[in-house]
Amino acid sequence: MFSFACRGQRPFALALLILLSSSVAVLGDNGSPVADAGLWGTGKIPEFIAVLLLSLVMVIGVIHVRRRGRPQLRPLPPIAAVDDAIGRATEQGTAVIYTTGWGGDMSRPTIMASMEILGSVASRAALNGCRLLVPSHDPVIVGVAQDTISQSATVAGRPDWFASSDVTFVTQSQFGYASAFAGLVARHHPGSVFLIGTFEGEALILAEAAHDAGAVTIAGTDSTIQLSFFLVACDYTLIGEELFAAAAMVSGDERAAAAVLAQDMIKYLILLLLLIGGILVGFGFNLNDHL
Amino acid sequence: MRDRLAVMAASACGVLLVVQYFVNADWLQASYRLLLSWMQAIFAFALVVGVLAVIRDRIARAGRTTEERVNAVVMVGAALVISLLGFVGGTGRESPFQWAFVHLQAPMQTTVFSLLAFYVATAAYRGFRARTIESGVLVVAALIVLLGRVPIGEWLTPVLPGGADWILNTPALAAKRAILIGIGLGMAATSLRVIAGIERTYLGGR
Repeated sequence: MFSFACRGQRPFALALLILLSSSVAVLGDNGSPVADAGLWGTGKIPEFIAVLLLSLVMVIGVIHVRRRGRPQLRPLPPIAAVDDAIGRATEQGTAVIYTTGWGGDMSRPTIMASMEILGSVASRAALNGCRLLVPSHDPVIVGVAQDTISQSATVAGRPDWFASSDVTFVTQSQFGYASAFAGLVARHHPGSVFLIGTFEGEALILAEAAHDAGAVTIAGTDSTIQLSFFLVACDYTLIGEELFAAAAMVSGDERAAAAVLAQDMIKYLILLLLLIGGILVGFGFNLNDHL
Repeated sequence: MRDRLAVMAASACGVLLVVQYFVNADWLQASYRLLLSWMQAIFAFALVVGVLAVIRDRIARAGRTTEERVNAVVMVGAALVISLLGFVGGTGRESPFQWAFVHLQAPMQTTVFSLLAFYVATAAYRGFRARTIESGVLVVAALIVLLGRVPIGEWLTPVLPGGADWILNTPALAAKRAILIGIGLGMAATSLRVIAGIERTYLGGR
């Protein structure tokens, strides 16, 4: 049910217990300390506490990582397959196609994580001299992708490899975008296709078009509905928060790894709350009624 | 300096939007609506830039092959004609622009959308193979849900619709919620990193 990306988390469990105790102590006085104040929205105290808690745990995570070093992240098969996928496209003399899907724009965290992975894919494609095509439905994503790929190519020592015409705005229309992608795949016969971002109904069209062209498909999305399609139709799939963990993994940034550690700690807390809530419901006390 | 300004603007807007969600002050709600309208304006201008870039790219590629030339003529011609129809005839219900959308674009979109039904069938045929215990459980669950959702399933046995409902409402929903929790935490953590100025992918790798 939960996938915990990091190992060796005992100090964090202690810090989390202290935080949880303090939060319960603050709430315990009157149940909702500021609900009667004119400025606060009603019914949002639990969310406010959740935001505070996540922020505090992330700060603790950053401090922990600075003292103990970057935590070890569980290996992700889709990320391990990136080199093989790009190598396959290089050997075939074909291109790699990367898309962030139709469902999101640059303000979405999933697309930000996808850009991080795109940077890693671009640097490897640049080293191999393999063409990278990035069709997109959003002009802002096109701009960011162009900058990301250009930067990655420069860092890889191949600034001449990048062609801005390979990163294109296609159309805003959902199925126009799917048609354009399918046409791109049919014309270029890519060796590998990356479907990492936010997808809607066009997801299966993209995955099947890539499969029909014989490409290796590596996918990841935040949509649970499209995730089920990707799990069936793609060779490798990043499930749920693995997408964000993958972005932290490829970025090499210790603060991103600290965020993954913080997410795992919050998941422990949620598991604890579920257990406590389940036991309390057995005794006739519904915690949800008191939040 | 430019990057620093962008990060400061992102952080300030992020904090403002978090505060406006929890605090019911009129000036905060007005600021939220103003930011939304700014986002729409920015996106509209970005869209114009994107469309012009596509047209320029198509024209540049028109000289390479006959196929590219045909594609360029069709694409640029359609963009110009539709734009002209919109500017000259308006975008009202009975306008030529609306006619073109209803009789040309909508059928094309529907055609591509209809491919999904066949792709679902081919993906299911490929994916539902009982190679392992887990995939065997998947196949059995998929069969129960498929049959339980159609009238023939209820005709076969009344247990199937109930079984399908139980699979969708209990184990499937539990897994879905677990994935959503993970995704939600990932999004929240990334958003906090943007507000803190740590996450800078929106600046293009700098």
